[in-house]
Amino acid sequence: MMADTPQKTALIGSDGFELDPADETAIIEEMDHYERPQAACIEALKIVQRRHGWVPDGAIAAVARVLGIGPGEVEGVATFYSLIFRQPVGRHIVLVCDSSACFLTGFEELRHALVEQLGIDYGQTTTDGRFTLLPVCCLGACDGAPALMIDDDTYGPVSPADLPGMLEAYP
Amino acid sequence: MSQSIASQRESLRYRSRLMQPEAERHPDTHPLTWRLRDDGEVVWLEEYLRKDGYQSVRKALADGDPQAIIATMKDANVGGRGGGGFSAGLKWSLTLQGGDMPRGYLICNADEMEPGTFKDRLLMEQQPHLVIEGMILAALANNSCYGYIFLRGEYVTAGRVLNRALDEARAGGWLGADINGSGFDFDIVVHSGAGRYICGEETALINSLEGKRANPRAKPPFPGQSGAWGKPSVVNNVETLCNAPGVILNGADWYQGLSGERTGNGGSKIYGVSGLVEKPGLWELPMGTTGAEILDRAGGMRNGRQLKAWLPGGASTGFLLPEHLELALDFDTVGKEGSRLGTGLITVVPREQSLVALVRNLEEFFARESCGWCTPCRDGLPWTVKVLRALESGQGEAGDIELLDKLAADCGPAQTFCAHAPGAAMPLQTALKHFRHEFEQGISEPRTKAAEG
Ligand SMILES: Cc1cc2nc3c(=O)[nH]c(=O)nc-3n(C[C@H](O)[C@H](O)[C@H](O)COP(=O)(O)O)c2cc1C
Ligand code: SF4
Ligand code: FES
Repeated sequence: MMADTPQKTALIGSDGFELDPADETAIIEEMDHYERPQAACIEALKIVQRRHGWVPDGAIAAVARVLGIGPGEVEGVATFYSLIFRQPVGRHIVLVCDSSACFLTGFEELRHALVEQLGIDYGQTTTDGRFTLLPVCCLGACDGAPALMIDDDTYGPVSPADLPGMLEAYP
Repeated sequence: MSQSIASQRESLRYRSRLMQPEAERHPDTHPLTWRLRDDGEVVWLEEYLRKDGYQSVRKALADGDPQAIIATMKDANVGGRGGGGFSAGLKWSLTLQGGDMPRGYLICNADEMEPGTFKDRLLMEQQPHLVIEGMILAALANNSCYGYIFLRGEYVTAGRVLNRALDEARAGGWLGADINGSGFDFDIVVHSGAGRYICGEETALINSLEGKRANPRAKPPFPGQSGAWGKPSVVNNVETLCNAPGVILNGADWYQGLSGERTGNGGSKIYGVSGLVEKPGLWELPMGTTGAEILDRAGGMRNGRQLKAWLPGGASTGFLLPEHLELALDFDTVGKEGSRLGTGLITVVPREQSLVALVRNLEEFFARESCGWCTPCRDGLPWTVKVLRALESGQGEAGDIELLDKLAADCGPAQTFCAHAPGAAMPLQTALKHFRHEFEQGISEPRTKAAEG
């Protein structure tokens, strides 16, 4: 039986992914900041993500090669951190703070309004590929609770009525 | 996009701000914030130098005695502002240095993710050079060769501001090789994270800095003995480091005097309030200011609501009652009431808020953010959430409260690898202590004799 099993392909292959030369340079520059290249791992994944929106399978092996560590280690890191996406996401990421100060000031209504207006729940992407909705820990904007982030922009306090105008700015 | 929508969106953009106007802030009373501008713009190098910036570094370099920095910091007894309250000077005195010991690392903990906490953001976004100045002093004291600002990934503005300020500091000769002709080399980079609350725990932070999963490490060895890449490493909170320049320039007695007769803990503190108050915000006040005074500055509860309970310093601190508002908010006093000062940023809970629902929200946070290393935390917290959800919807069973007691006790101090689980236990245990009846109301069957025990 064993002999008949076709040779298993590597779990983490390159899938034809090619690291953009500019990204590779940026990663190599990052490595300079640390005693060991591995320390640039998270930043390397963020660099890939900035270009592709997410971290495709093939990027894991490519990043591992540049850092000189095993792809398993890179995958372990990629799956640990909440702001590294290992599946495709929308063009814009909506992070809704669900921590205590926001919970006490209307996060739930805000979340419901988002779910209704976008037609998606946490972890999902709108069918037009525009938004992905995710919860996030306290955004450190509690005096502006309830707060949310869209891409790099932090807003708060936000009421459900503010959402349509706000979302419009992210085509 | 129409003009009005764009301006509506601009007005919704979150801006960090201090509630006290410039006229109320003085170098002698507000060492952390007196330089901040009323317009909320960044205090860049030129203005910072005009406002006596980097004087403490000048003084320390002229003195040329790192041990004296440690001694002064020890006398000042600056309690760690990341929430633990551990004396920064004492920590620095324990860092291995000298002899064959290689120079180590200085890490500024800028991961600020404790629910209810929004103070480090203000310091970094508007006064980056005070953070850098504090880091240089710490590096001198601990013989660190390189500094990292471990910044949470969501703090995009802080990252931009810090990077530009670091460039300014390098150009001005405050960072890099041979700082100010002293022979001391030190530089700093911003290391930005990618989420997960556990990264703020100092040993998890070091793993994350090294490019690994953010699981905490066993202590000992403490970071001061063996931290990043096995080198002596010092981890301090942003606000803690911002206290150092004032201490070094003015001395330990001056620092103790900032808090007057209020408390045995010296200095000033950035306090704040969030939740349903009239004016949520931040204030720099003497250490040991009471909760009542801070709440008063925030204009009291919003729309005449009544205060039911409050968290003094983030999600991992214990609930206090209205009667505790007269206590001095310092590390020792709050600790004696079964809570912790934590980050010193208050969250208020109004009377109509269900404590069961709020604690469920807090425990959902802790359950999601567990790193998964130890069983009471990884498995116990989701179980806790499940029981709380049942109680919240009136579907609780006899024995549930005792089960919560047990789950919380299993997460208590010294039962797990890091302080995340004890942090999760504290709000639950104090809520069960002060508001047990609310939890009991969630039980659908009457309590049996056995469950009453
Ligand atoms: C789960 C967890 C999260 C933490 N998050 C932070 C944080 O975001 N910022 C911080 O300064 N300290 C945080 N701490 C405390 C740090 O472990 C450490 O005590 C602190 O950075 C030391 O600096 P300090 O003495 O100046 O406060 C956290 C601790 C735990 C257990
Ligand atoms: S207590 Fe929780 S967060 Fe800390 S090491 Fe254990 S599982 Fe991880
Ligand atoms: S709890 Fe939402 S921003 Fe702090």
